[in-house]
Amino acid sequence: MATRRPQTRAQVRREQMLAAANYPLDWLEERSGLVGGVRYFLFRKVPSDTNWMQTLGSATLTAFVVQVVTGVILAMYYKPSPHDAYSSIQNITDHVTMGWLVRGMHKWGASVFIILMFLHMGRVFLFGAYKYPRELNWIVGVLLLVLGLTAGFTGYLLPWDQTAYWASVVGINLNGTAPFLGPWLAQFLRAGQEINGNTLSLFYSLHMLIIPAGIISLITLHLYLVIRLGVTSPPWSRDAAGREVAEEPSPLRAGLTRPVPHGSPGGRD
Amino acid sequence: MTPGPPEHGPAPTLWPLGFAVGIAVALVGLIVDPEWIASIGAGIAIVFGFLWARDATGEMRRHVPTVTAEVREATPAEIAAAQPAAGEAAMAAQQPGERFARSRFLEGATLGLGGLIGGIVTVPVAGFALLPAFLGQKGHKVDMGPLTAFPVGKWFIATFTVDPAEGEVSRRTAFVRNNGDLGTTPSFTIISNRCAHLGCPVQANGPTGAILGEKNVIEHTANGEILMRPVVPAGFGCPCHGGQYDTEGNRTAGPPVRALDRYSFEIDKGHLILLSTYSVSHVVGTGAQAKIYKYKVAGPGEHVDGPEQWFYPLQPPHH
Repeated sequence: MATRRPQTRAQVRREQMLAAANYPLDWLEERSGLVGGVRYFLFRKVPSDTNWMQTLGSATLTAFVVQVVTGVILAMYYKPSPHDAYSSIQNITDHVTMGWLVRGMHKWGASVFIILMFLHMGRVFLFGAYKYPRELNWIVGVLLLVLGLTAGFTGYLLPWDQTAYWASVVGINLNGTAPFLGPWLAQFLRAGQEINGNTLSLFYSLHMLIIPAGIISLITLHLYLVIRLGVTSPPWSRDAAGREVAEEPSPLRAGLTRPVPHGSPGGRD
Repeated sequence: MTPGPPEHGPAPTLWPLGFAVGIAVALVGLIVDPEWIASIGAGIAIVFGFLWARDATGEMRRHVPTVTAEVREATPAEIAAAQPAAGEAAMAAQQPGERFARSRFLEGATLGLGGLIGGIVTVPVAGFALLPAFLGQKGHKVDMGPLTAFPVGKWFIATFTVDPAEGEVSRRTAFVRNNGDLGTTPSFTIISNRCAHLGCPVQANGPTGAILGEKNVIEHTANGEILMRPVVPAGFGCPCHGGQYDTEGNRTAGPPVRALDRYSFEIDKGHLILLSTYSVSHVVGTGAQAKIYKYKVAGPGEHVDGPEQWFYPLQPPHH
């Protein structure tokens, strides 16, 4: 009567576990197609000769995610009013459990984010990865750089100490010296003629709502274009240049430093 | 089709290089010889820029051949198979570009109503986001205490709160000197400590307080505490980027683009009252006899005279 080989108990259990794990995924996939979407996103084809340098973009994304997470937590304890801002920062640093760590991650992470953006931009430039058809993604990246720097500028005022205050005075006045619209931009950033309490809430709103929303939207567009257009090969890629992928070893060196290829006796063809 | 170079990849060109050289020459010329070298550089940049633009748009302006699709007659069997018997599917296929009145109306209504609702929501919100910084800016009067607190010829570093309701953030500093009476009215030199470069706090270059053997004065007025520190300034200097000014606020060195701003003032019931500030290009003479070249208040770093003032034709509304 037994037609199949009897399975061991462990094999049976493994199959049951697999079915149990797959069931919710199948349920989700059937109704949304999300599993396939994630698979398409994660397991897409990339050139065979990609480089460690090409991880700088995802490193920048990771730095941004760290900023978002730590920023959201800091917003739970920070009070954006001229009377409470500085003392709430002191409270976060000195009294809230692990507050020093989260604030430190946000503060130093901001610099990491900016530095990684520049390194990523340098990589894209030096690899020529901004060329056709990826010009639009370069433009989106430049907008992301501007928004990232604006996030840094608006965040700098929030501790509301002397450094923050005077750095913002100088930064706003620098904007004010731009021709024609500069004075208007400066007065908008100041929320009035002089820096006041509303300047702090304006910067807080820009820093934690408007700019992150812009950055997240542009990152989505940036990634969409990366997936649509694919990853560039490095400039030295023989594959992309249309040359042979595997270099034929020269007859002299064959057999000395490398094994003689099959089908070419004596290293000659 | 044979694989060829991508159609969008423009051929390599040297025009941008010439354009960049022109820009570089123009920039160097602005410093070295604005009249000749800068013009030559601008000329080079314009010529090469034109050639570059012509080159880059060549593909667009060239004649593009139209390609007609290859067609063949359908066999009767294919026509029969493609023709459904009845129902909506049997209707004649929509011709390309053909629109029905109803779909046009619905599309217009959706876009129109959506735009209207969006506008009704967006306009007030955008106004609320942008306008408060420009409208209803209030001026403040600062009561600096009785005139007797200001001996003739003495400088004070006066620190005061412009709007006590606003608190610490409205604290300002001015350098005040009583010049004595000019005719029948008292004359004061009241210089704002906001640097004309980028707005850092300018400091008095000179001994204050204990070194002079004098005590700080604290006045209690409608504006709360006014702290007055006696000082003998040789001039004023900015700690941020090194701007230097003389005791009339004229720029003597560094990056500032004009003299220090001043406060206008009035005397009310024997008290010195500070009003709003105005900008100053330069001051000739000193003290009560000084001729002050006044301008409407401008932000730090903005030229108020010379050709550069044309960069700032429209100032946002001030009080």
